[in-house]
Amino acid sequence: MSWPEIILRLALVLGAFLLLPLIVGQLEHKAMAHMQSRLGPMYAGGFHGWAQLIADGVKFAQKEAVTPKAADRLVFALAPGVALVPYLVVLIVIPIGPGDAVGQALDVGIFFVLAVTGVGVLGTLMAGWASANKFSLLGGLRTAAQLMAYELPMVLAAASVAMAAGTLSLTGIVEEWRPWWLIWQFAAGFVFFIGGLAELQRPPFDMPVADSEIIFGPYTEYTGLRFALFLLAEYAGIVVLSALTAVLFLGGWKGPFDDQLGWLWTLTKTMALSFVVIWLRVSYPRLREDQLQKFAWAGLIPVALLQLALTGVVKVL
Amino acid sequence: MIAPVDVPGKGLAKGLAVTWQHLTRRSVTQQYPDVLPELPPRSRGVIALFEENCTVCMLCARECPDWCIYIDSHKEVIPAKEPGARDRTRNVLDRFAIDFSLCMYCGICIEVCPFDALFWSPEFEYSEFDIRDLTHEKDRLREWMWTVPPPPAPDPAGDESKEAALARAAVEKAAVASGERPVRGDRGEDGGKGEARSGG
Repeated sequence: MSWPEIILRLALVLGAFLLLPLIVGQLEHKAMAHMQSRLGPMYAGGFHGWAQLIADGVKFAQKEAVTPKAADRLVFALAPGVALVPYLVVLIVIPIGPGDAVGQALDVGIFFVLAVTGVGVLGTLMAGWASANKFSLLGGLRTAAQLMAYELPMVLAAASVAMAAGTLSLTGIVEEWRPWWLIWQFAAGFVFFIGGLAELQRPPFDMPVADSEIIFGPYTEYTGLRFALFLLAEYAGIVVLSALTAVLFLGGWKGPFDDQLGWLWTLTKTMALSFVVIWLRVSYPRLREDQLQKFAWAGLIPVALLQLALTGVVKVL
Repeated sequence: MIAPVDVPGKGLAKGLAVTWQHLTRRSVTQQYPDVLPELPPRSRGVIALFEENCTVCMLCARECPDWCIYIDSHKEVIPAKEPGARDRTRNVLDRFAIDFSLCMYCGICIEVCPFDALFWSPEFEYSEFDIRDLTHEKDRLREWMWTVPPPPAPDPAGDESKEAALARAAVEKAAVASGERPVRGDRGEDGGKGEARSGG
């Protein structure tokens, strides 16, 4: 690859990274509002409040960045970056179309993606520890417990699809994918999506930030732009999770006319899954901490293991 | 008998269905400053004063539970029309104000007014930045009179009102005096006396 091409690809990935979370955020504003029989933002930008998140960003930028006196200042300042950057890095390796329609194709794509998304959660842990606040620390510990509980079923589910495709490369997995995998790998897709949801601490798995108990968990002490970065990380996380689920389990760019419109299929599947993430948030109440742990260890992990066994048996036959 | 089967995940699906249904229906939000609400015509928004009917009898001010009506008046002498007769006096309304920061919109003043000088108006957009500006004087109260909907038409099966009967009688008398044939009302000649029908 020549230098201009690398720069162009990175610019495109950065553009997607800046644009898609905002679209998902706006979708959340509007879809959630209508699911609650409200209208949501209507003023900012004139047409149905399309510029609401831009206005929010401007507002956050104007706010004072407060650091608690007893905080571990360096870790406190680094945490939002650690939470956000991994999702940008992951976006580079997610293919949106056939061939080399990907920021940088990696042979160990799935391995890389799972490793790096795990780093994103570290940002939350750092925030919880560095804030010098009991609520933040509690939230941080819950995050840690949640990371341990849900990373495992996610990895098992991803292993199942990698086994089925016989490759670790994301592009390779999509190329191997056949529509009947929707049934064969259904349990794995379910576990992966739910586990990812829990790892993003999205409702109904938002115990680490349970506002009625521990204010806002690890983010309690954050203000201004740093807080905005955490919010952006959450929405970038939704995009990454939806894109990964689409690529691994829904056939990525596969669909009618996929030689020209492949990228559109990937985007459509990603946005549809993002909508499901929002839909789940609106529909379900928050799980209690013990329910949350039980759901992972007694629910998702056995299902993932069974799926792994099933994949192995079908593969051998 | 077969017991109803509890399908696992039924409750979860139901939750999703509820939110989906709300998504597809129109939202209930009122976009008030942009779109005016469609209120019933006789909504009780503000109290309007029909100043011409007011006789300064003070009943409204005295009945008001939180004393939010302020009335000032003076007496005016009307000179006698014929020599030897007594001069008459008349109450003139100087100030009629309602403090809407105190008013609790009970409507007792409107009920109690014997001369139909107070009315409910559906107008509701009179908020102020300063609570002291919520005391509205009689000119403002008179302006709101224009927003009061006309009274409902009388029941065609009911008795004619005393006022209407009097007015009709006066018109007929004037017609007879000017030598024309009496104008027949809708209700015939015995309609207004109250003898034809026993009043309910």
